[in-house]
Amino acid sequence: MSAIIRAEHLVKEFPVKGSGVGKNRRIVHAVDDVSFEIDEGEVLGLAGESGSGKSTTGRLLIRLIEPTSGKIEYRGKDIISYRLRELEELRAKVQMIFQDPVSSLSPRMNVGEAIGHPLDIHGIGDKTWRKEAVLGMMRKVGLAPAEYLYRKYPHQLSGGQSQRVVIARALVTRPDFVVADEPIAMADVSVRALILKLMRDLKDEMGLTYLFITHDLATAKYLCDRVAIMYLGRIVELASRDELFSHPHHPYTKALLAAVPIPDPKARKPKDLPEGEIPSAIDPPAGCHFHPRCRFAKPECSGGRPPLRDIGGGHLSACILD
Amino acid sequence: MNENKNEARADRARFSPASGLAKALGAFSEAARKYRVEWWILVAGIVVVGLIVFMTVFPGIFTRFDPNDQSAGPQLGAPSFAHFLGTDNLGRDVGARMVYGARTILGVAIAASFLSALIGIPLGLISGFAGNWLDKVLSLVMDSVYSFPGLILAIAFAAMLGPGVINITLAVSVVYIPTYFRLVRGQTLQIKEELYVEAARAIGARKSVILAKYVFPNVIATVVVVFSLNIADAIMTEAALSYIGLGLPAGIPDWGMDLSMGKKFLPSGVWWMITYPGLMIMLLALGFTMLGEGLSEILNPRLQEY
Amino acid sequence: MAETERETILDIKDLSIAYPISIGTVRAVEGVSLPVYKGEVLGLVGESGCGKSTLGLSVLQLMKPPGRITGGSILYKGRSGESRDILAMDQKELLDLRGKNIAMIFQNPLTSLDPLVSVEDHFVEAIQVHENEVKRKDAVARAEAILGDLGIESRRLAEYPYQLSGGMRQRIMIGLALILHPDLLLADEPTTALDVIVEAGFTELLMKLKRQYDLSVVLISHNLGLVAEMADRIAVMYGGRIAELASVDDIFDRPLHPYTKGLMDCVPNILLDQKELTAMPGSPPDLVNPDPCCPFAPRCPKVMGICRSKTPRLVDYGGRSAACWLYERKD
Repeated sequence: MSAIIRAEHLVKEFPVKGSGVGKNRRIVHAVDDVSFEIDEGEVLGLAGESGSGKSTTGRLLIRLIEPTSGKIEYRGKDIISYRLRELEELRAKVQMIFQDPVSSLSPRMNVGEAIGHPLDIHGIGDKTWRKEAVLGMMRKVGLAPAEYLYRKYPHQLSGGQSQRVVIARALVTRPDFVVADEPIAMADVSVRALILKLMRDLKDEMGLTYLFITHDLATAKYLCDRVAIMYLGRIVELASRDELFSHPHHPYTKALLAAVPIPDPKARKPKDLPEGEIPSAIDPPAGCHFHPRCRFAKPECSGGRPPLRDIGGGHLSACILD
Repeated sequence: MNENKNEARADRARFSPASGLAKALGAFSEAARKYRVEWWILVAGIVVVGLIVFMTVFPGIFTRFDPNDQSAGPQLGAPSFAHFLGTDNLGRDVGARMVYGARTILGVAIAASFLSALIGIPLGLISGFAGNWLDKVLSLVMDSVYSFPGLILAIAFAAMLGPGVINITLAVSVVYIPTYFRLVRGQTLQIKEELYVEAARAIGARKSVILAKYVFPNVIATVVVVFSLNIADAIMTEAALSYIGLGLPAGIPDWGMDLSMGKKFLPSGVWWMITYPGLMIMLLALGFTMLGEGLSEILNPRLQEY
Repeated sequence: MAETERETILDIKDLSIAYPISIGTVRAVEGVSLPVYKGEVLGLVGESGCGKSTLGLSVLQLMKPPGRITGGSILYKGRSGESRDILAMDQKELLDLRGKNIAMIFQNPLTSLDPLVSVEDHFVEAIQVHENEVKRKDAVARAEAILGDLGIESRRLAEYPYQLSGGMRQRIMIGLALILHPDLLLADEPTTALDVIVEAGFTELLMKLKRQYDLSVVLISHNLGLVAEMADRIAVMYGGRIAELASVDDIFDRPLHPYTKGLMDCVPNILLDQKELTAMPGSPPDLVNPDPCCPFAPRCPKVMGICRSKTPRLVDYGGRSAACWLYERKD
């Protein structure tokens, strides 16, 4: 299977406002040299807590924000060098679903206009064709009755319906790659399952590839084929879903898995949680970012940056210990 | 047989004008109940403005006199049956001057507001969205103009440009450009950070399209309100300008000028020359203010606390 | 499972809360009866709009108008022994109750703390409002002591909320809630805004403090994992009513109410190999001028005729209760 997206040594730094210029300037290392590839048709999960850089990485991949350095390839072509026109065309092929469906829809555009706008931008079809395409997409994502909801405004929709509109808008130009940034985080519990199932069905039906950004490992386990764990801007582990959940290697991954609440009272057990909290991304710890909180830390861990190495069968881990 | 008759009667009743009126009133009173005070303010504003606008379009209904006709009646005639609002020092019917003067002041105020909006809004949109050196320069210019006392600025421009309806309109409009600029810029800065703007970028919309389709429609509600309040302000400014004698040539009936004339004759007990222009100015400005405030509450209702 | 004392510390009886809006009345909470036993953790579970947060706020009469309580009583039985109806209390008694007997913590610690007030001052104020004869020195000493229990260094007392991380702020919130040693703690979605590792630490801390301070806790949450870890009993709310009330084991092992079952089935469990999540179609009901029927009827896979015309009552079935026509005798 070919890689549809490849990220190489992606870096994104944000200057801290008001921190001056030159050497004294403080920088947020949001994405710190991240490389991975996503195969066509797979779902790669990008999991982490706040400050991990997962959302920024997602946005970098589709050039919603510009990388400080690094390379991004879509179907083998370097998209960093794309100019305005090529970038516009790219947008029909790579899309994004956002976390908060209500905020990601303009309050002054009704459902039909919102979903149809991408078709308008890329000049696909004429007015009649577009309306049919929008209605068809609406039915596909479960927005029924389509004719009726077509004219509704976001504030008249439920949370689940709004998220379906966002999904429909992202898929109406038939993209092949979609970045989903915590698409169910703000939805009700019962709606989450519906949206997850919808995403899975649509993926099979339309031949999509997803980057699924989440902080919830349980949903990552359900939807993803491979999962990458991020911590403070770096990928610390990357493995197939089964491998990662049954044989986590990096101490942070282990901590994360242990901390996930289980909806089963019989699964109660004391947890070995790491000390402290996530440090600032402006001044991260030297060497392995996680070492100050890691119970297995050795002196070598504060040395140079640990590389993401293959510990067997394509399972990558950035922990130098075994 | 009787049943059919009753049915037919019932049918007629259902579709009669009376039932139509009842339905309209029903919707009206439901809205009134829903919005209470704000609704009545809006209604009052609509009525006042509507009446005065109606007056400008059909002046003949309100008066049969020519406002410039100096032989319409006696000079300084008190309000009487023949001249409801009296006559001025040149024998012109005051009532007619009120009716026709509405056109002048309304025309200038609306045109000036429109012009200000036409210039201020796009500048505000671009400036807020671009956010770079352009924004800094424009903000500086606009803030400087804004910090100038409006009336003095208007006077300065009116004096510079000279008399004439167009010049007065221009002078008044300059004062309000920063108002629209600042309002729209502030809103744009806020909306720029919204997720749906980022989403618009993600689907490939160009900056101009984002401004037009995503930012502007979300800004417009506040602008409409400000427009109405702005007209109220412009009315006062125009009246003030013509009060001090700047701008309009003699042949055009104007409330501000009449106000100034009336002041001269007040000591001799002629109260009607000054009272009515003053009242009309106040009424018109108040009407637009109520319209604006009422609209504001309806369009952007305060969220009910839960 | 440890035996829970059957002595109740809070007894909500037939409580109803409504909000009038332009098109009618929202019945946010309808006829809810719920006892909270001393020393237990009661999980109040449901999705948005089910009324759990409203219920929680009403215990301390913290609801904002136009919401108002339209019926029922909330009996509180504190250490002194006598039962008092919170809804019948006057302002002075309420102010005394809040913080000293019953405390509440909320979802977003950033907005719950005053940004202009230092940590130390937060504690001092909390203490002196209730015990105004306490000197500042003593109040600070008590604050230091509780910070120790919270695992926070005492140097943090001089800091301001913006200088603290989210997890730390949430711990300060618990500290403020417990500084006067209340016997009941209400926690409204306390971990929703926290990262998962911080959440786990917070959960452990809360359980430790519960034992240490001999607390009863009402935990309001939509997170089934959280309540599974912390709660002794769970009340599932739907459409402003209690759908099911049972021990945590019973709820998860053998849910009676179809909504509870639906909820269980649609939450992913990281320990299991779930190929499919069964999703419930539809969305929560609109609580404006509700008809007399089971609020879950439109979405229920086991719906019957009677469900659409009569509202089921919460019936006790030997130690657990459910409001469902599948079990209730229809006479």
